[in-house]
Amino acid sequence: MREPLIFRMLSALDARARLGVAAFLAVALGLVPVLHLALPPESAFHVSTYAITLLGKIMCYAIVALAMDLIWGYGGILSLGHGIFFALGGYAFGMYLMRQIGRDGSYQSDLPDFMVFLDWKKLPWYWTGSDSFLWVALLVVVVPALVAFVFGYFAFRSRIKGVYFSIITQALTYAAMLLFFRNETGFGGNNGFTDFKRVLGYSITSSETRLVLFGVTAGVLALTFVFARWLVASKFGRVLTAIRDAESRVMFIGYDPLWFKLFIWTLSAVLCGIAGALYVPQVGIINPSEMSVANSIEIAIWVAVGGRGTLIGPIVGAFVVNLAKSWFTVSFPEYWLFFLGLLFIVVTLLLPQGLVGLWHTLRRAKGART
Amino acid sequence: MSARDVFRKIIGIELDENSPFGYPARQRTLDVSHNVILYLDDITVSFDGFKALNKLNLMIDAGELRCIIGPNGAGKTTMMDVITGKTRPDSGSAFFGQTIDLTQLSEPQIAHAGIGRKFQKPTIFEQHSVFENLELAMTTDKRALTTLTAWLRDDDRDRIADTLRLIRLDGEADRPAGLLSHGQKQWLEIGMLLMQEPKLLLLDEPVAGMTDDETMRTAELFVSLAGKHSLVVVEHDMAFVKALGGKVTVLHEGSVLAEGDLDAVQNDQRVIEVYLGR
Repeated sequence: MREPLIFRMLSALDARARLGVAAFLAVALGLVPVLHLALPPESAFHVSTYAITLLGKIMCYAIVALAMDLIWGYGGILSLGHGIFFALGGYAFGMYLMRQIGRDGSYQSDLPDFMVFLDWKKLPWYWTGSDSFLWVALLVVVVPALVAFVFGYFAFRSRIKGVYFSIITQALTYAAMLLFFRNETGFGGNNGFTDFKRVLGYSITSSETRLVLFGVTAGVLALTFVFARWLVASKFGRVLTAIRDAESRVMFIGYDPLWFKLFIWTLSAVLCGIAGALYVPQVGIINPSEMSVANSIEIAIWVAVGGRGTLIGPIVGAFVVNLAKSWFTVSFPEYWLFFLGLLFIVVTLLLPQGLVGLWHTLRRAKGART
Repeated sequence: MSARDVFRKIIGIELDENSPFGYPARQRTLDVSHNVILYLDDITVSFDGFKALNKLNLMIDAGELRCIIGPNGAGKTTMMDVITGKTRPDSGSAFFGQTIDLTQLSEPQIAHAGIGRKFQKPTIFEQHSVFENLELAMTTDKRALTTLTAWLRDDDRDRIADTLRLIRLDGEADRPAGLLSHGQKQWLEIGMLLMQEPKLLLLDEPVAGMTDDETMRTAELFVSLAGKHSLVVVEHDMAFVKALGGKVTVLHEGSVLAEGDLDAVQNDQRVIEVYLGR
């Protein structure tokens, strides 16, 4: 008899990775809340609300980066439209947050403000059940999964690969963005959803709610990491990298790449959806710009900068690029895009394995000297 | 019934090959009652008007070791593409045994039916270890969700170890396959084929890049496999073809030019003109 799956998942981690995950959780669930709540704001060690929101947001991005790495780094499929899945998860959860506003909106109506503004009298059918947390939690998973499954089935069955696939994913997210921009779509058009008040009845701006959201995000990130480690170490992971390296050989030894690609693609979309759902209450807004092509390309840049085909790489990449972004956009807002482009070029030319690869090279060089 | 069985039932992977998660390990029953394992009948394949195969007829007996020779462009690789489902013929039929219509099956389905293929250029998983290459090729349930929870049993390890010895790579099991020499890669690919336990092996230039010693060892291996397996070997190396000793088919411009033992074929005037005489 084999051990239960969760033990096998943990045993896929080596001692160092286990220590890393434990340390990360200790900081995120223990140290940060204590430093935030117990210390006065003027203390040097106080963790501000701004910092918690920023780190929470970046952890959502890190989940997306991990999801991207599973299909790109391990599956060899570059998606330049992953923003759509992130946004779908965000919109699904945003519906719930909009309903939680209740009558506290500007028009004091049961309907969300933007619907009152459009002179709608009742909720569209697809908003049914959006006041139920559980239903919406289901939507967060099912909607991105369904879109990814259907899109992936036809794309992979037609054996669309490489740059052609990337371009189609861009078209997909772009089309979705145009759809969500329309007021008639019923998701707030241009402005999207914002002005949230509560989540599960608790004030969304209170320190405690923010800490809980931060903690849940940290937990999901850690789980995603452990799960991804197990997945890539499984035979499934080996077949996946085999498809990346020599797809025809995989077919001629009897695996159908379609289902392997479709599984990892759908899984990746679901992870993005969950990340989107965690992102919206922390950032307080979701609008169609999350589906813009540039956003999706940025996801690929995080993974490339961190190092694809490693699991720690995308997390590092998401943190480094986004911390740099929040510093840049305050200090030199006009130069951020130039810097991002430069970073991408430098990484592509000089660091094909990303920062993680650089770290390994430096360690080997140091080992060789001593 | 465990939770995993229930889960599998719900998502339908207990259904047979029409289930949405790939192909089960079930082998199609191969009917060789007429002692013929492969029939190619009037196969024509054209690419933009160029006939790569032109009414090709070929029959391989069960347990036979057949060599296919022919100048470049004769249609040898296209023929293998047709047999393995990579290319669909414009006309003609291809049957595996009496009953399995190869033109109706996909590449993985054909692999499960019992046809293994070695490519001209050694195609192995360079990033994976030698052991993992064999593990991936091993006959087993190869559907996506089953693969997710697959694990190696002791007899699986034994089978891999046996194959490693047979292809003389038992010392290299944990090395990345990309670091092997060219000849070793060829052997690894042959080993992967054997792990699939195919009834019919298609081998496209299996000794290209091997030393003379390796070539002769390969010939010995193939001769020992014949009987239990059927083999179709495409090769240019005449010493190797001679060592194999089986019947030889000469392809030219997409159809069979001559067939017989090597001496007869080599003395055939038409063959000398198109191929050997040059």
